[in-house]
Amino acid sequence: MALVTNVTSFGRTGLSDFVLQRVTALVLGAYGLCIVGFFAVADVSHASLAAFLAGTAMRWFSTAAVVALGVHAWIGMWTVGTDYIRQHAFGAGLGGSAFGLRLIYQFGCVAAIVVYMAWSVTIIWGLA
Amino acid sequence: MKVSIYRFDPDADEKAHLQDVEVELPEGRDLMVLDVLELAKSRDPSIAYRRSCREGVCGSDGMNINGKNGLACITPVSEAARGGKLVLRPLPGLPVIRDLVVDMSAFFRQYERVKPYLINDAPPPAEERLQSPEDRAKLDGLYECILCACCSTSCPSFWWNPDKFVGPAGLLQAYRFLADSRDTATEERLADLEDPFSVFRCRGIMNCVNACPRGLNPTRAIGKIRSMLLTEAT
Repeated sequence: MALVTNVTSFGRTGLSDFVLQRVTALVLGAYGLCIVGFFAVADVSHASLAAFLAGTAMRWFSTAAVVALGVHAWIGMWTVGTDYIRQHAFGAGLGGSAFGLRLIYQFGCVAAIVVYMAWSVTIIWGLA
Repeated sequence: MKVSIYRFDPDADEKAHLQDVEVELPEGRDLMVLDVLELAKSRDPSIAYRRSCREGVCGSDGMNINGKNGLACITPVSEAARGGKLVLRPLPGLPVIRDLVVDMSAFFRQYERVKPYLINDAPPPAEERLQSPEDRAKLDGLYECILCACCSTSCPSFWWNPDKFVGPAGLLQAYRFLADSRDTATEERLADLEDPFSVFRCRGIMNCVNACPRGLNPTRAIGKIRSMLLTEAT
């Protein structure tokens, strides 16, 4: 039984968050290279870029990249919040606990990430 | 030489302040910071600090010397005060009891958490638990820690979460027992460290390595713990 747990972390253990952050970074790196590669070798125009992104494989790759970005962002933002939104960082101003403020911050982050992910998926698959 | 010393008396002061003390250094000799502090104390006996062995073994006089954590007794003034001024503050991140004396309870609570002792439930042999020279060599760079807290109090992750992040000193000791061939509690020790804070709050900025007066490398030990956790889980 781990000595410290936190129900709001993504993978629930530090090890799974650590691995997920690296796996998602690899996905994002590969996607970034793919996009840079397109701009490096293709005859770039709106039509060629739209055609490149409209392929089914590329749509799945873009979706995977968006999901990876969401997971990566949540782990990072959760870490930032649990580092800096702490009672001792605010003195007595929070009535003894930063829990409420951290919860609002975490809710805001999750909401933004979910909205951005859903919005991105509708764009990628032309659902809008 | 002008020495600025952090002063705080909980009975008299509302806020801490820096007090300038003029100290006369002997010609042609390089003193240690602790010697300068003793000279300052001879001028103002109310200055409070911890000290004991004066040779970098007991770990009592850890403090922030011109912005860098170190042991006052083995830090030469010529090295610390290059600009000709010495500023002495308590170790950062721990509550100040008085002047340069900090409350190290949070630091030792984390040390206690990693069970810094050999666990082996097998019946003890008649004489001693033997270890090969190769296995013994694995403990080099780990057992030498004197628990001065210079590393943990230079670590921002420990400043933010001193109740949850074990900190570099505690993790160095955690690995010291994980790496010990005579210890049989590896699985339990690793299970106690896999949460999001205890080990994984380390972001590898290596302030601990920079601060350690014994030249130890807690960041490397933390990396080894992470590798063991990963190996255990896969």
